[in-house]
Amino acid sequence: MTKQQANWSPYDNNGGSCVAIAGADYCVVAADTRMSTGYNILTRDYSKICKLADKAVMASSGFQADVKALQKLLAARHLIYQHQHNKQMSCPAMAQLLSNTLYYKRFFPYYSFNVLGGLDNEGKGCVFTYDAVGSYERVGYSSQGSGSTLIMPFLDNQLKSPSPLLLPAQDAVTPLSEAEAVDLVKTVFASATERDIYTGDKLEIVVLNADGIRREYMELRKD
Amino acid sequence: MFRNQYDTDVTTWSPAGRLFQVEYAMEAVKQGSAAIGLRSKTHVVLACVNKANSELSSYQKKIFKVDDHIGVAIAGLTADGRVLSRYMRSECINYNYTYESPLPVGRLVVQLADKAQVCTQRSWKRPYGVGLLVAGLDESGAHLYYNCPSGNYFEYQAFAIGSRSQAAKTYLERRFENFKDSSREDLIKDALIATRESLQGEKLRSSICTIAVVGAEEPFHILDQETVQQLIDAFEIVAEEEGPASEPGAAADEGAAAEEGAGADQGSGAAPMDI
Repeated sequence: MTKQQANWSPYDNNGGSCVAIAGADYCVVAADTRMSTGYNILTRDYSKICKLADKAVMASSGFQADVKALQKLLAARHLIYQHQHNKQMSCPAMAQLLSNTLYYKRFFPYYSFNVLGGLDNEGKGCVFTYDAVGSYERVGYSSQGSGSTLIMPFLDNQLKSPSPLLLPAQDAVTPLSEAEAVDLVKTVFASATERDIYTGDKLEIVVLNADGIRREYMELRKD
Repeated sequence: MFRNQYDTDVTTWSPAGRLFQVEYAMEAVKQGSAAIGLRSKTHVVLACVNKANSELSSYQKKIFKVDDHIGVAIAGLTADGRVLSRYMRSECINYNYTYESPLPVGRLVVQLADKAQVCTQRSWKRPYGVGLLVAGLDESGAHLYYNCPSGNYFEYQAFAIGSRSQAAKTYLERRFENFKDSSREDLIKDALIATRESLQGEKLRSSICTIAVVGAEEPFHILDQETVQQLIDAFEIVAEEEGPASEPGAAADEGAAAEEGAGADQGSGAAPMDI
């Protein structure tokens, strides 16, 4: 008598890639807009990026139904925070909230691979990268999703932050200018699109800086 | 009064069919400092008098944002008001989460009223001692409701609650027919004048009142002190030119005070804790 196996899964992977890069006074968050299931494309025009607060933007790849549920929950929690504290949540605060929210479902996780980007309390760019159950770390740059294995080594090559073991301690942020960082993101996605079948169609780029938030799009290969 | 026999708890009726505890709760509302609301077809304005316990303390917060399209002004036990505001906020957030659309104002006030009613029919509870002026906009237009501790609620074109609210109500009764088509600016002006009525003698300054607005294209927000002071100065100068003809007789000394103090009294007086 063999153990019964489930004949369905509550999860699906809708593919796609996300990237975030932190600068001295800006942060770039980007994701492609392709949503797939199996070998099929569901839509070429789906945003994986969500503005959670004035200074915190999240990009998530994975199971988009879980991503949507997570985005809604965080938005509601942010409203409560605003009512109680009379101000917007800072990016580090949102980072902790996201971590706690993910861990809350440790035993039936959100199938959501997140990068959170924004400006910290000093106005410097910050990026937080997560796994599905909320383990997180502040980094200078990160990528998640189906193309992350292709993107991450390239970002390491271009942006490698100094090891935290180095003394004296060095900043985790990138010495790139905002325009250079946006350009790097476009290059990175163009490359990932070539080899990852789940990444392509269009690239959505969100840039946060002292002047506010700006959105940009770039076409990617559709095959 | 001769109510003492049947007023010990809320679950005891009087022989005349009244619940005295509920009526006492409504008295608490009358003791609080004034709150005023008026609406036009497109906007709703809330105003309240800021009263501090002593010169050393700050005034209590009486206007709360509930959602982008709903705000509330309270009079009475402000602690009860705070708790009810939290409830209202929570309801709006949950409704929006489920239906991805704003909670209709009429629904919210019914939920609030039902919540108040529960406290009038449990022996281990007491009625909420706060009256709420709920201002909001939804698909069916602009609304102003009054929720009382009894669990009743009423819709108004304009209303005032709290101490010395009768003066404001009198002013509003004379002018309310025009409110429907008022512009946003006129509506705020009327709110300020009504607030001045309930001050009865005291000079109207931005530090002594709080104004909040919600409109079709305008999320609910509290106006900052400078803006309010500018508005006060603007119409008090106009009032000087017109003479006290448009003001009721009881505010004759208002005109004199305005002449003396206009322009000289910006932002003075006890500085309240910033909201």
